[in-house]
Amino acid sequence: MNLTLKIWRQPDAVSAGAMHTYQLADVSPDMSFLEMLDVLNEQLNDQGEDPIAFDSDCREGICGMCGLMINGDAHGPEVTTTCQLHMRSFSDGETITIEPWRSDAFPVVKDLVVDRGAFDRIIQAGGYVSVNTGSAPEAHSVPVPKDDADRAFNVATCIGCGACVAACPNGSASLFMGAKVTHLGLLPQGQPERDERVVNMVAQHDHEGFGGCTNIGACTAACPKEIPLDVISQLNKDLRTAIKHGH
Amino acid sequence: MKGARASRTTIALKLGMAVSGFIFLGFVLAHMYGNLKAFAGHDAFNEYAHHLRVLGEPMLPHEGALWILRLGLILSLVVHVYCAIVLWRRAARARTTKYVMKKDTGATRASLMMRWGGVTILVFLIWHLLNFTIGKVNPSGGATNDPYLLMVDTFDLWWMTLIYIVAMLALGAHLHHGIWSAAQTLGWTGTAAKRQRAKVFGFVIALIVSIGFSLVPLAVLAGIITK
Amino acid sequence: MSHDSHDMDMPDTVTATEASPSGSLDGDYDDAAGYYTPGTPLVDGKAPQGPIADRWQNRKFEARLVNPANRRKLSIIIVGTGLAGASAAATLGEAGYNVKTFCYQDSPRRAHSIAAQGGINAAKNYKEDGDSVHRLFYDTVKGGDYRSRESNVYRLAEVSTNIIDQCVAQGVPFAREYGGLLDNRSFGGVQVSRTFYARGQTGQQLLIGAYQALERQIAAGTVSMFTRHEMLELIVADGKARGIIARDMVTGEVQTHLADVVVLASGGYGNVFYLSTNAMGSNVTAAWRAHRKGAYMANPCYTQIHPTCIPVSGSHQSKLTLMSESLRNDGRIWVPKNQADCDKDPRDIAEEDRDYYLERIYPSFGNLVPRDIASRAAKNVCDEGRGVGPEVEGVRRGVYLDFADAIDRLGRDAVANKYGNLFDMYARITGEDPYSVPMRIYPAVHYVMGGLWVDYDLQSTIPGLFATGEANFSDHGANRLGASALMQGLADGYFVLPHTIRDYLADGPFEAIGEDHPAVVEARTSVTERIEHFLTVNGTRSVDSYHRELGNIMWEYCGMERTETGLKKAIDLIRGLRDDFYRNVKVLGTSESLNQSLEKAGRVADFFELGELMCIDALNRRESCGGHFRGESQTEDGEALRHDDEFAYVSAWEWAGLDERPVLHKEDLVYTAIEMKQRSYK
Repeated sequence: MNLTLKIWRQPDAVSAGAMHTYQLADVSPDMSFLEMLDVLNEQLNDQGEDPIAFDSDCREGICGMCGLMINGDAHGPEVTTTCQLHMRSFSDGETITIEPWRSDAFPVVKDLVVDRGAFDRIIQAGGYVSVNTGSAPEAHSVPVPKDDADRAFNVATCIGCGACVAACPNGSASLFMGAKVTHLGLLPQGQPERDERVVNMVAQHDHEGFGGCTNIGACTAACPKEIPLDVISQLNKDLRTAIKHGH
Repeated sequence: MKGARASRTTIALKLGMAVSGFIFLGFVLAHMYGNLKAFAGHDAFNEYAHHLRVLGEPMLPHEGALWILRLGLILSLVVHVYCAIVLWRRAARARTTKYVMKKDTGATRASLMMRWGGVTILVFLIWHLLNFTIGKVNPSGGATNDPYLLMVDTFDLWWMTLIYIVAMLALGAHLHHGIWSAAQTLGWTGTAAKRQRAKVFGFVIALIVSIGFSLVPLAVLAGIITK
Repeated sequence: MSHDSHDMDMPDTVTATEASPSGSLDGDYDDAAGYYTPGTPLVDGKAPQGPIADRWQNRKFEARLVNPANRRKLSIIIVGTGLAGASAAATLGEAGYNVKTFCYQDSPRRAHSIAAQGGINAAKNYKEDGDSVHRLFYDTVKGGDYRSRESNVYRLAEVSTNIIDQCVAQGVPFAREYGGLLDNRSFGGVQVSRTFYARGQTGQQLLIGAYQALERQIAAGTVSMFTRHEMLELIVADGKARGIIARDMVTGEVQTHLADVVVLASGGYGNVFYLSTNAMGSNVTAAWRAHRKGAYMANPCYTQIHPTCIPVSGSHQSKLTLMSESLRNDGRIWVPKNQADCDKDPRDIAEEDRDYYLERIYPSFGNLVPRDIASRAAKNVCDEGRGVGPEVEGVRRGVYLDFADAIDRLGRDAVANKYGNLFDMYARITGEDPYSVPMRIYPAVHYVMGGLWVDYDLQSTIPGLFATGEANFSDHGANRLGASALMQGLADGYFVLPHTIRDYLADGPFEAIGEDHPAVVEARTSVTERIEHFLTVNGTRSVDSYHRELGNIMWEYCGMERTETGLKKAIDLIRGLRDDFYRNVKVLGTSESLNQSLEKAGRVADFFELGELMCIDALNRRESCGGHFRGESQTEDGEALRHDDEFAYVSAWEWAGLDERPVLHKEDLVYTAIEMKQRSYK
């Protein structure tokens, strides 16, 4: 396959960036998208041009480090992570537009690399159960209904990649937040801090500069782990309950 | 954000939009019911219009109930528009560098035009109030003190009907996304089945409202409703 | 569901027989003579005595305490935020110490512990099926082929139960039964059900639990987190580990971080093979820099190779993906009998032209032979030229794993039910439909048992330098059992290190050292000179091309089967390649911004030195044990042959300088609570 790649290049956080066009020949359909970029980088390195910076780590779809806007879709045309997207999803001669996540809460570090520290700070605001090591009761002391445990697991599979924010026309992180609030809210261990958790996390979310949710659903369509919109409903409900409780 | 206030969050703004939106929905449905009285003829329609003014008398002063309703609606309007502006500005600031290419996969057209659709409805509302409530402008130059005649004169003009129909399409689209979105914001759609029901409900109500409101002007234009 | 055993060590229908010291030894002949210098024996000075079940309790009691008021004055650096690092950081932060944590990723939640699929073992005995701390201990020592330290393993089994309690309390959504209690499964061929799991994403859920605990401490101000920072040097002042030199990967700033104690939780070094199931960024630099400063490296050659990974599809391949070994329960492994058939559509190859080689060579175990045997057999048939799939660098490296019989026998739906998610994963990566075309598989490196040598307290040979998780060597011997990596990482971080480190910190805070201390200046200078060197070589080859070549050498000669000739050849090749690397590598850009080539250059440089040591270690160990198979030490049936009389020791290597012979210190393995046995597949 021969491809035309239009890629955002930006030397660092403060400099201006622009789209650059590259030609890449002999791309194998069996390559992953990131391997295709590896090959491009080898070519650039040979030509003496600075390779394109992009994030990736596990390359098996679980760490959440990779994430590119590909032809206008977060993680590209398939429901998966960028690292699990393969070139057979594209056709010979195609032009592919590659951009970083665009969100003012995720400032560009370089080229296609963004800073998602805002997600960590949202978790710091309350995305945990306060239990010190060693103080836990026997694991079987509190049974958890299987349905609740299964549902908690399903939403806890969020990998924190930021595709929801990237896809959202409002730049909201509600799906990310909702997944955590729902996960912990479904379990008995998450109850004591439930009200403070949702209020503090949402306040941090707003403080980071993410937009508000208007329930468009682009987030869930982009989510490689298919986290459903239910979690945003639960997030809203928990916040409403917190208001009722005087928070 | 320790010690944060729930009422200061974006979700609180969304709750404001949802509650005020549902108040509007109630009003719109009642308004539509009233409009359909036009099919019952001149007297029935005018009697309905008159009845709104004397509702609650003598316990309430003349137009008392109407003003209570109007105040409620004005308050809802202020809340709805205020929250919308704040959220709109937040969304604009959340992404100041736009994508070169962006598809909104997974989004309905209605969900993407909520804001401009809302502005359209607001502009229409101003004209609509000038037309029928505050200014009582009769574009064909006829009577303005007879609600039924004012209505028939207005919709006898094809372009007035067209403006009205376009506004009702905007309202329909707004309700189509707005109703399910409000249900989601209020936390009523915590499962896939409930979400689906809310979406269907929103679509059906949107259809009823936009068709229900369009029937009278189309009937006037078609000569079914006449002076 | 079947997405279970990402690392199960199947099957365990193996019968243990009495150890028989083999007679195939060549007297005093030492394969590695000339490559190393014999050193003094090494003794674990912290090893507790007494009945094995009391040792940990005694050690905890004997370890001195630190007054809560003093803890804030004591600073701890932790490198790495996987299960071992995040859990330790959270726990030490909760205790009130002043903790600084470092990771090279953009968030601590990315650490590669997240990719572990299968589960976590714990001796809860919830199934009342005869499990106990002692049985978990026994299975782990036996699984490690009697090359681990028994006190450590016993402690691991002992604290395993606390881990589950802790994780449940954190909200880790383990799989549950309808009664609401935790579900367990049998794993790694063991006969008890002791594995706790969260579908096929146990590592992810445990890591998120530890990450959340860590973020809570960051919010509380007890832990400072440095993301996108890479440790490039250890500071050893006055004989103690006192800090690290780290590079801020975004700004390029070279920073000095000083502390009273340093903990390396930096994971394993499987990426020395270039292709492995490790994350792209996984590297040995933190551990290797410590090794060069005096920390011994133990058993570096012990590598675990997993037989059921998706094969390499071309020279562009950047990493390998593992699939559950449970696939071998119903899939049949074969290659064509004739080389001429290798590029044919497998469906067109007649039954009589197929070689079901595992069923042929091992009729009683067939496709369920243990990992190492299955892996080696696959390599052998591919080396014969009978491999299938795309030709990569002239060789087809892949064998068929065929479900046609299973689909005929059980029906497509039953197969989909059992293996659906694995089939989907395979289809996504290869673009082939495993329901109609046989899958292709090939072995891949996925865990290293070797690592920094630590004593019972997890302290290395440098006072004040501790190592936890995969970065240390301690608990798995020559082979790790499935679902035990997660257990060890969390045991070290939550329950072991926080107790043992206080005994060291009780002497602190240590005398403050400044940035002008000679040890700090030396460390900083060495880091900046190295960076400067890479940026000014301006050669012709990319870092990745060197890494790939190194990986090929390691895989070929220090992979599934190691021989004296091969290893010696590998050492020569590595040395030559390393020289060329320093003269001819091409790293563009500057050090003042994000420069991923520069980061990789430093890591690859350290992989060269590690790779050489791995070969020397493998050369020294002329026996086959666990993940280490020496061609010279096998039975007539090709089974691994251990030599307990000669090799029942931990090889702890001391750095002697570049191009100097490393010094081998042997720590004898003494078993008092367990009897050494030879595994057998007859």
